[in-house]
Amino acid sequence: MSFFSFAWNWLKQPQQWHGSGGIPIRILEQLYYSGLALLIAALIAVPLGILIGHTGRGAVLVVNIANAWRAIPTLALLVLLTIWLGFSVLAWLVPLVVLGIPPILVNVSEGVAGVDPELRDAARGVGMTPWQQVRKVEVPVAMPLIVLGLRTGAIFVVATATIAAYIGLGGLGRYIIDGLAVSNYGEVAGGALFVVLLALAVQAFFMGVRRAAVPKGLRQQGRAS
Amino acid sequence: MFPRSRFAAIASPLPRRNLRAGAIGGLALLTSLGLAACGSSGGSGSSGSSSSSSSNPLAPSAAKGSVVVGSANFPENELLAEIYVLALQAKHVKVTPKFNIGAREVYYPQIQKGAISIIPEYNGALLTTSVDTSSTAATTAQVDAALTAKLPSTLEILNPSSAQDKDSVTVTQATAKKDHLTSIADLKPFAKDMAIGGPPEFKTRTDGLVGLKKNYGLTFKSFVPLDESGPLTLAALKDGKVQAADVFTTTPQIVTDKLVALADPKFNFAAQNVVPLVYKKAVTPTITSTLNAISARMTTSALLQMDKAVILDHANYSTVASAWLKAVGLG
Repeated sequence: MSFFSFAWNWLKQPQQWHGSGGIPIRILEQLYYSGLALLIAALIAVPLGILIGHTGRGAVLVVNIANAWRAIPTLALLVLLTIWLGFSVLAWLVPLVVLGIPPILVNVSEGVAGVDPELRDAARGVGMTPWQQVRKVEVPVAMPLIVLGLRTGAIFVVATATIAAYIGLGGLGRYIIDGLAVSNYGEVAGGALFVVLLALAVQAFFMGVRRAAVPKGLRQQGRAS
Repeated sequence: MFPRSRFAAIASPLPRRNLRAGAIGGLALLTSLGLAACGSSGGSGSSGSSSSSSSNPLAPSAAKGSVVVGSANFPENELLAEIYVLALQAKHVKVTPKFNIGAREVYYPQIQKGAISIIPEYNGALLTTSVDTSSTAATTAQVDAALTAKLPSTLEILNPSSAQDKDSVTVTQATAKKDHLTSIADLKPFAKDMAIGGPPEFKTRTDGLVGLKKNYGLTFKSFVPLDESGPLTLAALKDGKVQAADVFTTTPQIVTDKLVALADPKFNFAAQNVVPLVYKKAVTPTITSTLNAISARMTTSALLQMDKAVILDHANYSTVASAWLKAVGLG
């Protein structure tokens, strides 16, 4: 049997679609875990990335730390925090935020740092304050990379939010972990399939965001990057 | 020479040289086995006691009570094997320890053919993973009867100890005191307000929630899928995320986290008594009586304390094992 027939045989059963353990609820749980984590990661990484990109200070250091940071094993952090903090929200939120920060931070800082120096000079030349330079020139120009960072972070987080199930929470990981525990591979395949679909949906969503957020004049350029 | 080598070439895709070496090796092995068999029959005739040991280097361990004590690859089993080794050595039995072999799938075939002579086992797990996977035996007596009936003729189990390392419904001491709990049956009025934790499969396994309902009439408020008596389960109990959980009865944190494993009078969880599994030809009456004396004195709480010492306090296995043997008068 192929992966898809395993998954299909499982998900065509009507009982998978109802109740607190049904697929719609699990998808909402997954979106809640990943949405909250991404929001917090963005609130930390976007301003920090802009600051680094704008000032050009600490860029090498921060980018390297962020890249090394990606090596933190999310599952290990989850279990460790659960033991330290008990079953609080932080136990699953922190590992997912930690996972989401590096791609956002790196892309945002690179995007802002990569703004054409002549454009910066021009902005300064027409008398913009540093804040105006950032808001009106650097961020709009860097927008394709900022959205790319958010999109990469979102895909990481939405796919990895399955691990919340490891500490007894819901989400699509529930199907993967519970299915493995009783060798119900249809359930495992079904859960994995929905994770993939969700990641694709997130990707499509950020394509739309990019279309809306990137200034008209930059779209051609943006597509190329 | 010529026909033989041609025959070899036809008979096997292996390079000729390898085949010949194999044949010679096989012949040597057969010869030594033959000699060994002679040695063993001569040996058992001449000595019932432990005198004149190992004069014949080809004699298998059986003849003179030189035995291989094996262990699985987890601390408790290694500790039990160490206890066996020290006790046997105290009786002047020649012992070769072969610890940390692996899981049952690895060591069971070894003891079946006599490469290991003795290994500490758990009767229920031995029965359902290696001997009779469809067995539904639950009590110690049922499990032992099933093992006695179905073990291969080369193997036997000696007397089981009362010490068990099995699944349990465990609560905190505070909960046990508040609700006067000592047995799973006592949970009857409280289960509906309790969340129970365990590995994900606990939800559907016949000895999990299904059995707790059938055997004790318990329906819990909710089930929280966690891990197999591991850090998450223990954290959830401590944290109050669950009020009861499936914890193995010799998990050392039962001592340190102040937990109570509730008694299971209806054997919802099949018996897992510690019992020596032996290769029949390798054991002598001295060995049998020594191991049975250990089993007679071993208890779950003694095992729990020793597990705590070696796992959490990182004490030396030999020190812990010999201290227990002295304490029960076998050292």
